[in-house]
Amino acid sequence: MSEFEPKIVAFCCNWCSYAGADGAGVARLQMPTNFRIIRTMCSARVDPEFILRSLAKGADGVIILGCHPADCHYIGGNYRARRRIALIRLVLEQYGFDPKRLRLEWVSASEGEKFQKTLTDFVNTIKELGPTPLQQEGE
Amino acid sequence: MTKSALVIGGGIAGIQASLDLADRDIHVYLVEKLPTIGGTMCRLDKTFPTNDCSACILSPKMADCIGHPNITTLTFHEVLKVEGKAGDFSVTVKKKARYVDPKSCTACGDCLSKCPSKGIPDEFEYGLTTRRAIYIPHAQAVPRVAIIDAANCRMIQSGKCGVCAKVCGKSAINYDDKDEEFKIEVGSIIAAPGFKVWNAEIASEYGYGRFKNVVTALEFERMMCASGPERGHIAVPSSHEEPKKIAFIQCCGSRSDKPGWKKYCSSVCCMYATKQAMITKEHLDVQEDIFFMDIRSYGKEFEAYIERGQKEYGIRMHRSARVSNIEEDPVTKKLTVNFTNSDGDGTSEEYDIVVLSIGLNPPDGAEEFAETLGIELNDSGFCKTEVFSPLNTTREGVFVTGAFAAPKDIPTSVAEASGSAGKAGAYIVDDKFVPCAPKEYPPEKDVEGKEPRVGVWVCHCGINIGSVVDVPEVTEYAKTLPHVVLSRQSQYACAQDCLEEISKAIREEDLNRVVVASCTPRTHEPLFREACRNGGLNKYLFNMANIRDQCSWIHMHAHEAATEKARDLLRMAIAKAALLEPLVGSEISVTKSAAVIGGGVTGMTAALDIAAQGIPVHIIERNNELGGFALNFNHKEDGKDVVGFVKELVSKVENNKNITVHKGVTVRDIPGFVGNFRVIADGRAEIPVGAVLFATGAAQYNPSEYNFGKDKKVMTTVQLEEALAKGKFNGKNIAFVQCVGSRNSSVKYCSRVCCAGSLRNAIQIKMNDPTANVTIIHKDIRTYGFREELYNKASSLGVKFLRYCADDAMPDFTGDVVKAHDTILGRDVGIPVDTLVLAAGISPLREEKEELAKMVKVPISKDGFFFEAHQKLRPVDFATEGVYVAGAAHWPKFMDECIAQGSGAAARMLTIISKDKLISEGIVAVSNPELCDGCGICEGCCDYNAITIVTAEDGRLRSNVNPGLCKGCGSCVASCPAGAMEQRGFRNKQIIAEIDALFDKAGA
Repeated sequence: MSEFEPKIVAFCCNWCSYAGADGAGVARLQMPTNFRIIRTMCSARVDPEFILRSLAKGADGVIILGCHPADCHYIGGNYRARRRIALIRLVLEQYGFDPKRLRLEWVSASEGEKFQKTLTDFVNTIKELGPTPLQQEGE
Repeated sequence: MTKSALVIGGGIAGIQASLDLADRDIHVYLVEKLPTIGGTMCRLDKTFPTNDCSACILSPKMADCIGHPNITTLTFHEVLKVEGKAGDFSVTVKKKARYVDPKSCTACGDCLSKCPSKGIPDEFEYGLTTRRAIYIPHAQAVPRVAIIDAANCRMIQSGKCGVCAKVCGKSAINYDDKDEEFKIEVGSIIAAPGFKVWNAEIASEYGYGRFKNVVTALEFERMMCASGPERGHIAVPSSHEEPKKIAFIQCCGSRSDKPGWKKYCSSVCCMYATKQAMITKEHLDVQEDIFFMDIRSYGKEFEAYIERGQKEYGIRMHRSARVSNIEEDPVTKKLTVNFTNSDGDGTSEEYDIVVLSIGLNPPDGAEEFAETLGIELNDSGFCKTEVFSPLNTTREGVFVTGAFAAPKDIPTSVAEASGSAGKAGAYIVDDKFVPCAPKEYPPEKDVEGKEPRVGVWVCHCGINIGSVVDVPEVTEYAKTLPHVVLSRQSQYACAQDCLEEISKAIREEDLNRVVVASCTPRTHEPLFREACRNGGLNKYLFNMANIRDQCSWIHMHAHEAATEKARDLLRMAIAKAALLEPLVGSEISVTKSAAVIGGGVTGMTAALDIAAQGIPVHIIERNNELGGFALNFNHKEDGKDVVGFVKELVSKVENNKNITVHKGVTVRDIPGFVGNFRVIADGRAEIPVGAVLFATGAAQYNPSEYNFGKDKKVMTTVQLEEALAKGKFNGKNIAFVQCVGSRNSSVKYCSRVCCAGSLRNAIQIKMNDPTANVTIIHKDIRTYGFREELYNKASSLGVKFLRYCADDAMPDFTGDVVKAHDTILGRDVGIPVDTLVLAAGISPLREEKEELAKMVKVPISKDGFFFEAHQKLRPVDFATEGVYVAGAAHWPKFMDECIAQGSGAAARMLTIISKDKLISEGIVAVSNPELCDGCGICEGCCDYNAITIVTAEDGRLRSNVNPGLCKGCGSCVASCPAGAMEQRGFRNKQIIAEIDALFDKAGA
């Protein structure tokens, strides 16, 4: 059997982390191909529904990347995101998902390298956790 | 004919000035002698005191500038001659040969890797790395276009090469390019050429240039920076190992009369060194020492920053420590720093890296530049200005901003840039002024109710995408997806030919959605949106898939997986595009008038600047006369009485037909929003205005120390000044106590102005009576910038200085003798005095500010001053649009700084109140009244107060979004439990379509 290649959804805010992801590209920092980025204006736009939908559709992991605390382009959106993610983790656990499948990280527009490290690390974490429990049940 | 303005210098000051003019529909020529804009700021890693990433906050401004329809950005151009007069200048400009056609170059980089002429020191990286003869100046370069360095180009020098022309897919290379001269007509000029840093090789005792591990602060900045040559890994230059100990040496090239050094203080080095030490600590476990004479943390929240550096980060601060020399171990390359410690003893310590905090000097060629512009320089070689007119040069119609007038930090430069833009605009906007015409577009096609017809373009980007992702395969794949009616590949989608093809296909193939798979929307979305508009399609019906920056560039060795990812990203982008809807920003009407709360120097300056543009202003002053705190001043600036100047200002204001003064009036409320505020004040009819300025000033601290008010020997600076002015002062033994009501455990900040005040008076006393004994008892002397001259003059007149403990312990006063602990002598000293002068600090008038703040929902800083939208780049704006702050209400400051900031705020207000209407951003939140039950969660979620819960006609509560205030973050949308709140352009169904498309590969 070939190695498990997880499918990961990454939500990036327009101002910091999406720019940080671009910065990783500009610096040609190489990383695994397992993630697909969805751009929102702010990490606070990431509706719990998006996370649950991603997991329900078969995502093995979801990562939300926002501006560093106090750096939010919209004053305090990243703090809201932080509070929401903390709650959704609790919900996920109740549904039998390892909360490690959902992660929130801060990546600034200049942190291409942090983007690379964060995504690489998250891919590795999900590889360790194995495929989403939904898929395991289905098979 | 439309009259233009000219801005010279494309650093942050020049960019801000250009944007403020252009936002008033004034056409601007921005001339920059380098190939890119961004100046020094775009080379910085972080900025103090917020540690914001410099690139993150500057890049959007650079993109705004280069893409602004009213700004003609002329990079690699120089001004040669200025003829004519204010309002009517004729300027000769030279376009320098770039050898690459900027219109054709797509910055693909194919030429860069093929150029055989290597090893040329990279100017942007201060020579820390090398580049080739053809190069793109740096990763965030704006404009992002290649350039040939002719001196190092083999083809240009010897005719033998031509490789870059061969590999360029766009035929952008032109070896026969020549310099060209042309003339432009402008009404006014803003000089913002910036500064250069001091040449550290002058300090031979520090070994810069000889010792590999001695670096300048700017080199160190690039070493720290994630986009720098070492990608932010700080290493010892000689060994490439992690440093264990770093020393920062302050005042390199500043505050000294040594040959080649500058006498003035460079104003920013104490702060930037602390910043560098803090950021380094975040990366490395390292011991850091800063050697300085005085720490000059006089700006907003600077004192707290230094304290954090010291206490939280453990940075070791060596006060009164001047480094005599540095020695290098020839084997280990470690550096021994020899210095005098605060006890006056010689000592030494070894370090891995020494960072020289180099000062700020006038820019290269300042003298010729001044001659070209016909303006004068001051004794230090900076642009000559006066305290009462800090933005004016000696030539009418030519204004100055930024570090060209004096060493200064970024927020001061930005506020001044706005101010000079306001003043420059007054020479352009008159009765005959023709605003820049908005560009005309074909009418937008109606897409409502029509099946989506998506056109797809997949870009090779030369080999940048094409060599990793199978572009032809992805293009064919797109044709199989729902709604796609055409799919084409393009060598360069952003090139003019492809953009025209997109516009044409919208018309001829009846496309109603466009998707481009190429680079990043952050840089290229505006370009493609423009192509859509040119084709008659609403610009919001465009979507992008980022298959370069976030795919081919980061998966260069995974062709198959990258191709699969590109397919996924494109499928997701098409799925979202099919659901996009046309958006229009809503129009907000603007009341063309302004309210200035506070009639001091700052407020009056702002009011006059606005009135000069023919716009009505209301000054609302709580006291019964105009003039503010400056009426208490009895000193002279530039040989002119301050009070005389203030009275002149009052009379100008009171005689200005555009200004209405409301004296003795207190503001009760300011309801409304940008463009539409109503000022409600006691005993007045409501005053409708488009923008509001808080210029409410601050107050002098009223000392409770030293028996002040009872003991006649004890007086404040203001009282002393009054006695001196009236010739009533006859003290013989005088001591000044600094930091009374500042820099202690209850008032932590530095009041900025008191050191210079005491020095000014000490000098006056010594001039009047050379036999008088004058002592200044201080913690640090903070005469930043050219104010250092006061410190030098006082010292030369025999004023004595005594540094007391930097903690809370104030000097004692017995009634006849002041006793302090002299930290240099290391013992207590008693000084008999007949006069004790208290350098009383500045209090913020917090309660008054809090009342005003509540009315428009703006924040107050922890020190009690107003808190602006962004400490670095929006120094006079509030996050609440249409409300501004300036002067001492923002932070204690000198009169010239208040005047510059007042002008800055006026210019920012003009970008709103000079217009009939504003257009809000299309991507805003909108509430569906069918689903909303008025719970109010969204209201609490909005940081911009854009949402209110209102009672609808049916009597039910519903949320109401004000599109004028909404910034489009979408936070409220994610919070809505009823699913009533939606974000246009990022609707739930649109984002969910992306998610579903990712997993439902068939795309159905």
